[in-house]
Amino acid sequence: MKRMRPSVETIVESDAIAVERTLTGDREAFRILVERHSRNVYRLAYRMTGNQHDAEEVVQEAFLRAYQKLSQFASRANFGTWVYRIAANYAIDRMRQKKSEDSNRALPARETEEGAEIDLMSTVPDGAPSPERLAQSSQLAVQMRLALSQLTPAERTAFVMRHWGGSGIEEIADALKSSSSAAKNTVFRSVQKLRKALEPFVEQRGQARAMGTEL
Amino acid sequence: MKHPKEEELIAYHDGESAGRETIATHLGDCPECQAELERIDALLAALNTIPVPEPGEDYGQRVWQQISPRLPQRRRHWWDFLFSEPNTVQWLAPRRWVAAGAIAALVLAAFIAGRLTRPGTPIAPVAVDQTKVRERILVMAVGEHLGRSEMVLVELANSGPQSAGQQVNISGEQRRAENLLEENRLYRQTALEQGDSALAGLLDELERVLLDVAHSPQQVTPAQLEGIRLRIEARGILFKVRVVGKELQQRGESGNAPAQPNGSAKNERNKV
Repeated sequence: MKRMRPSVETIVESDAIAVERTLTGDREAFRILVERHSRNVYRLAYRMTGNQHDAEEVVQEAFLRAYQKLSQFASRANFGTWVYRIAANYAIDRMRQKKSEDSNRALPARETEEGAEIDLMSTVPDGAPSPERLAQSSQLAVQMRLALSQLTPAERTAFVMRHWGGSGIEEIADALKSSSSAAKNTVFRSVQKLRKALEPFVEQRGQARAMGTEL
Repeated sequence: MKHPKEEELIAYHDGESAGRETIATHLGDCPECQAELERIDALLAALNTIPVPEPGEDYGQRVWQQISPRLPQRRRHWWDFLFSEPNTVQWLAPRRWVAAGAIAALVLAAFIAGRLTRPGTPIAPVAVDQTKVRERILVMAVGEHLGRSEMVLVELANSGPQSAGQQVNISGEQRRAENLLEENRLYRQTALEQGDSALAGLLDELERVLLDVAHSPQQVTPAQLEGIRLRIEARGILFKVRVVGKELQQRGESGNAPAQPNGSAKNERNKV
């Protein structure tokens, strides 16, 4: 079927117009915004929280907050970036809360790649991970998730926004409610921690690939 | 030059422009720093392979269903109906006709009063510059379009196989690229008509990349994905889209689209 070519009017009636219509009480206009941006916000939320359940909750809360604060959004052009930032803010708060709850529990849990919860104690090596043990597990993805989960909420947010979301330092500073130089440091610290935790695995994988023995 | 710090190499990997040329020159002469940068690249590339579960095509609808009962009712102002979309049922509502009649009567009374109290006074023309309004809306819309395109390209750059050698499904990015293509063509034509050749040039480049993505197979091998990534990188399109998108957003946020002397904004874009 031939697709209809959109007119200038159809296209310009985009986010900015949908925001204005929402502000006049048109809920259907907000529905357009939700349907248009949910998936992008979900990707960010998943990478920040590391599990589907929390990510979905972050998405819902982000749009609820966006709706409540919409009058503050005023003439800003990019609704997508704005709601992305609201989601990042909420995800940090949620991660901080969860972290303090987890620290009160003896056996915290995280999710596997498939979304099923696993016991962290069965995957976290005692102290520094030995190469033998890492070779046995050969589950780089699990190790990467663990390394990410060990970042502070601010570091994880900075890392996700910078390296997966392509956000600028100013945007990250805004989400972290910090100065630009502090945000820059947080990004750097996150990469430094991840390097320390993961480089043995990555190098091992590189060697295995070179030798043709990668699993 | 002394060796760049780890922080500077990470910033270099991220595409930061400060001191970029100096670091690039140093990297050419220093195998040690080159190896360090490669380690950073390898780590971040490995992290990019962490998959994000696909929430499903109807995810946006599901989110709406979940949040819509929780949205508070927004107070409508009496003038809202003048700006809201015409709707047959609403237009037939007697209340609307009464309100419209009342406003028309008020306007007529104000007009007559003005004529009677200040006879002979020339009526000042209302300074509504439709061209500027239209330009501002377009600036905002193109800014948003570039923001959405950037997200697709970033997603694509970050996608990877769940395990080594496995094919990668990029059908989601493809659909979004297809949708963006139509908008992109229209904006490119509009930019050309308005004489903004730099923006038209950028949109032209973006169109090629979007076409490339849209015409790729839905399932690509890691090598094919790497090929797409390299083509995106070779054009430097992500950086250009980010810079121009930001500039347009700032212009949109500033409340107007200032005609810069000698078209300096357009000239700046030519440098990108």
